[in-house]
Amino acid sequence: MTTRRDQYTAYIVLGLFSFLAVYPVIGIVLLAFHNKSDQVTGFALPTTISFATFEKAWTEGNFGSGLMSSFIVAVVVTIVSAILSIGTGYAFGTMRFPGASIVFGVILLGLIFPYEATVIPLYYDFQQFHLTNTLWALILPQIGLSVAFGTFWMRAFFRSTPRSLIEAARVDGASSFMILLRVLLPLARPALLTLCALVFMYTWNEFLLALVMIQDPSLTTAPLGLSFFATATRAGDPTAVAAAAVIVALPVVVVYVFLQRHFIRGVTSGAVKE
Amino acid sequence: MLPALAFYLLFTLLPLLHTVWLSFYEWDGITVGKWIGLANYREILADEEIRSAFVHSIKLILYYSVVAVIIALILILVLQRAKVRGLTTFRTLIFLPQTVAVVVVAQAFVWIYAPLGPLNTLLEPFGLNRTWLGEFNTALPALGFVGSWMTFGLAFVLFLAGMQRIPQSLYDAARVDGASVWQEMRVVTLPQLRNELAVVLTLTTITALRSFDLIYNTTSGGPGGETRVPSVLIVLNAFSYGRVGMACAIAVVLTIIIFAVAILITRIGDRGENG
Repeated sequence: MTTRRDQYTAYIVLGLFSFLAVYPVIGIVLLAFHNKSDQVTGFALPTTISFATFEKAWTEGNFGSGLMSSFIVAVVVTIVSAILSIGTGYAFGTMRFPGASIVFGVILLGLIFPYEATVIPLYYDFQQFHLTNTLWALILPQIGLSVAFGTFWMRAFFRSTPRSLIEAARVDGASSFMILLRVLLPLARPALLTLCALVFMYTWNEFLLALVMIQDPSLTTAPLGLSFFATATRAGDPTAVAAAAVIVALPVVVVYVFLQRHFIRGVTSGAVKE
Repeated sequence: MLPALAFYLLFTLLPLLHTVWLSFYEWDGITVGKWIGLANYREILADEEIRSAFVHSIKLILYYSVVAVIIALILILVLQRAKVRGLTTFRTLIFLPQTVAVVVVAQAFVWIYAPLGPLNTLLEPFGLNRTWLGEFNTALPALGFVGSWMTFGLAFVLFLAGMQRIPQSLYDAARVDGASVWQEMRVVTLPQLRNELAVVLTLTTITALRSFDLIYNTTSGGPGGETRVPSVLIVLNAFSYGRVGMACAIAVVLTIIIFAVAILITRIGDRGENG
């Protein structure tokens, strides 16, 4: 029994909160297209379409190299974590071995693990090995944490695949590795895509590690570059800061728009499964 | 599977133990450190500034977690009796804040809260405009609401996924008995969403306790230390004050709180299920 009033209420409330969710994002995009001298309050539309603020942010904030660093880090972390997680997820999901539940319990800790807890010793350890001020200082710890989530996620997938499939392949004489490669991985493609989308997003958006590990301006990641640029420019030219913010957010938001089902499925089923 | 475990061990677990170890030292990061036992922890308990940082964090949980859950539940409430077309689009929009880098979010809200920004433009006719991030009593709540903005979409998509698994027959039965929307919520929806609620509370509480990115990029702890939180103190002590041991001790306390919260909420969720 759905009354008309219930329908309208639902649309109004959903619409209102959708607007609230999107407003800061749209607001900053509009701000980015304004001239430096405009006093921008609320929803004023820019009078002219100009990319001058973006050019300014791009050159002064050095975002070409910032995006490149972020891209390298995010891609390497995503690919390596995905490959490693397939292996561990497969082992935990389909095989029995002593201590499995304890090891898995320790891995679960990684899902809620704060970088705050490890960033200080990591900094001094990396310094000893001359790894601070290199992208390795960002890549290695983020693989370390991403495999925790990845193992958890791929284990859930491998457990959900029918055992008969594995047994049938084994009867045909396939080794564990061949079963994984030929039988299970083709099925795992959606789950893997979800995993990659989430890991890419988390890695791209990471800030604290980069702040601590990277001092060399040519290696700053995009979020770190934005933070520096904003501190230096905010008072003088908020529109350029807005443009820089749009540049930094855009890659992930574009990926999100195309893969939104994967993002949301990853968060919802990943979180509630255990 | 060994390489994955090696990465996890080497870059997550061992550094954690190293943090615990360093927390018993007084060390400036350069010279030889000095073992001081639990002195750092005693100082955390005694120091007004550090204690207040933990109190700020707990207040932030109210916004990141409680306010966000309430908003998400309102959205679920209105959906109980409606068949909404384009629900996927609404869901995509409401989840968007979760995907934007917090550094970017910080820039957006610095503008929204600015003295001549959108919020003050809206409130000016009523004489309610203020320097939101610059005043002692508004800075922390203002950042708190940014937290609510970041997390309510996560709460909503989780509740929605849970709600879509609830059999329609339960609602039909409640309606035959003449239940109001509120009663449906209390008797049918909420009990069925218990798992989701536990997950949302855990995730949002942890996000609140780790609010470094947002606070560093908006107020850096100001004005007058009103928005100082443990994660900011960790970075300040380690890399500005030259008190690495102290930073590690705060990190250990923060990590213990995070693990304790996660375990506590999971336990309560489990017990609810059995009882």
